[in-house]
Amino acid sequence: MPAEYSKPLPVPQPESDHYWEQATQGKLVLQRCKDCESARFYPRVLCVACQGRDLEWMESAGRGKLFTFSIVHQPPHPGFREDVPYIAAIVELDEGVRMPSQVIGIEPDPEQLHIGMPLEVAFEHVTDSIALPKFRPAAQ
Amino acid sequence: MPNVQRLKNLSGSASIVGVAESDSLGKLPEKSPLALHSEAALNALDDAGLQLSDVDALFTAGWSTLDVAEYLGVQPRFTDGTSVGGSSFVIHVAHAMAAIAAGYCEVALVTHGQSGRSDRAPIPRNPGAPMTQYEYPYGIIGPPVSYALACRRYMHEFGEERARQAMAEIAVSTRKWANLNPKAYFHDRPMSFDEYHDSRWVAWPFHLVDCCLVTDAGAAIVVTTPERAEDCRKGGVTVLGAGEGHDHSMISQMPDLTSAFGRNTGPQALEMAGVGHDDLDLAMIYDSFTYTVLVTLENLGFCGPGEGPDFVADQVTAPGGSFPLNTSGGGLSYTHPGMYGIFTVVEAVRQLRGETGERQLDKCDLALAHGTGGLLSSTGTVVLGRP
Repeated sequence: MPAEYSKPLPVPQPESDHYWEQATQGKLVLQRCKDCESARFYPRVLCVACQGRDLEWMESAGRGKLFTFSIVHQPPHPGFREDVPYIAAIVELDEGVRMPSQVIGIEPDPEQLHIGMPLEVAFEHVTDSIALPKFRPAAQ
Repeated sequence: MPNVQRLKNLSGSASIVGVAESDSLGKLPEKSPLALHSEAALNALDDAGLQLSDVDALFTAGWSTLDVAEYLGVQPRFTDGTSVGGSSFVIHVAHAMAAIAAGYCEVALVTHGQSGRSDRAPIPRNPGAPMTQYEYPYGIIGPPVSYALACRRYMHEFGEERARQAMAEIAVSTRKWANLNPKAYFHDRPMSFDEYHDSRWVAWPFHLVDCCLVTDAGAAIVVTTPERAEDCRKGGVTVLGAGEGHDHSMISQMPDLTSAFGRNTGPQALEMAGVGHDDLDLAMIYDSFTYTVLVTLENLGFCGPGEGPDFVADQVTAPGGSFPLNTSGGGLSYTHPGMYGIFTVVEAVRQLRGETGERQLDKCDLALAHGTGGLLSSTGTVVLGRP
């Protein structure tokens, strides 16, 4: 962990405290609606599919597919100056939800990355209280 | 759902009587954003032959109408700070028409001013909002990265080479229009296809020249009743149709990365106006990125999904082409201070009035102006016509 972390950090909100707490434990959690059983990213106080208010937490298997990506060359924030080029991505989890993340553990080369390629979660512990779920190519 | 019959009754019930930019555009560290709002407001009122004292309704985005009204010294009786990104000001034109038709006001002023390049104190985002909480930590920050994510998905669905060629066509044709606009940032800088393909990467698949400019600029629009428009300096351009809406905020939550909300606002605006795509003489489509134009042409129904690359092939969107598009030079090559949407209306009105000089279209009776805001999040469409 770097002494000074200079990238934007999430400011957890009451409905997302559990999501971020679990991330520090190496767990990716999602909300599921008890009424219609659909999973959702990101945590809210309602189910946007059925308007249900009875939600429960479930642990994601942490596996999914690359839905789309961009290789970022110009840092959009000073904190990413040392990181470019990096792979910004949207990942579609096996539970059927899409979440923003980064792909790590592979060259930031458009020829190496394929939409639909299998990915698995890998947590990056960036501060004592925040771990970011990132994704790496899944072991075959 | 919108009541189309009532919208048809509303069609034509307001006129744009004044449009203008700030005194100058480009790199303006000596001017604050509110100074740019003010210059544009005074210039647009002058264009209309009206005074600040005539204004009884104020519309703006980015800044609060409280700040802008106080700075200008106006006390509006109708106030609308709808702020959904760069499309906001197109939406304001429609809101102004609705407010005027309902009797809330008679002279509506829409202002914009932004120091995208030189702002000493940009407005920060709420750090607890979902976007800052879930996307910013990954460096998914701001339009280039977000729109690039959408563009890569489009390439997956419809072909990377086709999309790339279309983006090059759009960048090059837009630059040709800018070369005809003395106010354009790139007025004196032509661009070849080779220069497009050699441009550095900002966020692959975007070259630098796939991305809009970042400038300091302001613009304003004055809207009033058709009756009062007859007494204005240049008469009025009629607001015939409108549509607005949004379907997400952050890019990862966009329901379909190849379908922005123009799929609803374009058809609605045209139906309200009682016209079809082929009736239009000009399309002013917010070009935050080359990809924005490509996907928007499809969403608005000018062509089908995945057909955009064929639609824009062979420079048909350039000067002299069969489909005049973004004749000011657009956000790509004329100006783009951050929320560019208002400038699509400014250029459409000028083309309809026949006052754009070297780039004037031979025939321009009907124009569509379309803004996209946020991260492909919101859209606003208006159809404008000569009275």
